[in-house]
Amino acid sequence: MVIALAMTLVPQLFTARDPNAIAYLERLKPPSLSHPLGTDENGRDVWARVVYGARPTLTAAVALIGLSLVVGSLAGLVIGASGRHTDEALMRVTEFFLAFPQIVWALALTTVLGRGLVNCVLALAVTWWAQYARLMRAQVLAVRQREFVLASRALGQREWWILLRHLLPNCFSPVLVKATIDVSLAILLLAALSFLGVGAQPPLPEWGAMVTIGRKYLLDYPWYATFPGLAIFVVVLAFNVLGERLRDVLDPTSQLRVRA
Amino acid sequence: MTLVLRRLPLLVVLLAAISAAVFGLTQYLPGDPAFIAAGGGDATPEMIEHARVRLGLDRPTWVRYLLYMRNALTGDFGRSLVNRKPVIQDLRAFWPASAELALAAITISAVVGIPLGVLSAVRAGRWLDRLITPGSVFLGSMPIFWLGLMAVLVFYRMLDVLPAGGRLTVGLTPPPPVTGLLLIDSLFARDPAAFADALRHLILPAAILSVISLAMIIRVTRAAMLDILHEDYLRTARAKGLGESRVVFKHAFRNASVPVVTVLGIQLGQLIGGVVVTETIFSWPGLGLYAVTAVENQDYPAIMAFTLVTTVAYVAINLAVDLVYPLLDPRTRS
Repeated sequence: MVIALAMTLVPQLFTARDPNAIAYLERLKPPSLSHPLGTDENGRDVWARVVYGARPTLTAAVALIGLSLVVGSLAGLVIGASGRHTDEALMRVTEFFLAFPQIVWALALTTVLGRGLVNCVLALAVTWWAQYARLMRAQVLAVRQREFVLASRALGQREWWILLRHLLPNCFSPVLVKATIDVSLAILLLAALSFLGVGAQPPLPEWGAMVTIGRKYLLDYPWYATFPGLAIFVVVLAFNVLGERLRDVLDPTSQLRVRA
Repeated sequence: MTLVLRRLPLLVVLLAAISAAVFGLTQYLPGDPAFIAAGGGDATPEMIEHARVRLGLDRPTWVRYLLYMRNALTGDFGRSLVNRKPVIQDLRAFWPASAELALAAITISAVVGIPLGVLSAVRAGRWLDRLITPGSVFLGSMPIFWLGLMAVLVFYRMLDVLPAGGRLTVGLTPPPPVTGLLLIDSLFARDPAAFADALRHLILPAAILSVISLAMIIRVTRAAMLDILHEDYLRTARAKGLGESRVVFKHAFRNASVPVVTVLGIQLGQLIGGVVVTETIFSWPGLGLYAVTAVENQDYPAIMAFTLVTTVAYVAINLAVDLVYPLLDPRTRS
């Protein structure tokens, strides 16, 4: 995970090569000392492209979850704090957004918006925020009857101040755990969309898109599709493990249940 | 029954909203449908105007939405821009392949995942659990499109034991369609060769597709069993002298089945996305491959019909899951 982060920030550290340098004489060479993961159909170094691919892949996933988290949490805060009827109505609205199967909807939206990684992020965020809204609302409902909230209300503090200052911080830990695990889901979904051809467009070195092109050469030049996919798997695994750890730290009861 | 009646108005509103959303999308598609209908490049402005009136595109948006709804309800999704056939014909032709794949995948993940989840809960903290639980995280982190390619590489290229794609070997006569599911149709036709061939083609895509839901099912089954294993009635059952396996499966698992069924239902819905990816890898001639091809060819009527149909199917599956609860847990019947 640290390595992936470093690759995102300073890819130059990991490879001296240009990920887009084309060398036709070096096309589809197997892994060797000069090209540790081999080369692709344009003679570009696969290792360099995997390294540089960390940036678009990770930024897109984090942006997607960040966007859904901010919009969803604020919406959830408002829903949870509103009266019973408004709450009921707004929950139906979130149900509407959850009714769309994500990949299908992303395919449809990118048909209208046009292909590309940014549009995929937007297309997925359109439905994803609703998950955070529901989680946040459940938290708000649970927390707002607690003594410290009642106390600050009794002290005459304003409602929005209570919301931001007391409810938000106390509702946040499950949201954070979900977000960490969701980043891994987002990487998988965005890569899948790139694989289907509506996500990242060539020559951008994005892992999912690299697997797509590598697929054409799969049977004769298997290294091309293998390594970018392996990179996706390792990073997704890292985020999943981090999410689990975070859950254990922030919610000690889940640990107790296992031990009981 | 009352549950169905209570949910019905909400369901109608939800379906109306979904169709409105898809209709909304169709309004922003690139290209002017009147221009296309009038024959494209050679059309005069009068011809385009004529086509616009004929298609009803000059009417207000809400009228067009109602027309769209009427057409959709009668199965009229327009014609494909690529093969000029009514889209509904293609959807009818392709859906059984997807259904077969999805059902096979969910069956695999249930048959493998539930026992593994139960086992890892019963043996919580011991070595078996320490193998299964991280294993499920491992599986859940797999990009299935990549895993599928790796499987083709190993089982087709290296070992040469399974085909790389398709539903049947080219040249083999498919059994006469009854259900559209090749495995079942070949059984009806008493055609063991076709059955074996269909199975050989199905096994890899179904196994790959099952990976996502398998991981989830193991985890949820384990968590649900852990919640229940220490309940008093289990101690009573043990005290009565019942064997441990009877206690676990008959008493504990029945009560853990509600969350497990929920997850199975949710996963069946999630599979829709996975189906699109898996069909692309294995050239599986189902709705997903149809949709991806339509996206590549910018075949808008086909894409929009696919979006509407799969979303409605997704909602229907979720409703079905809600309706199963009372059968499993009498406490939710009130």
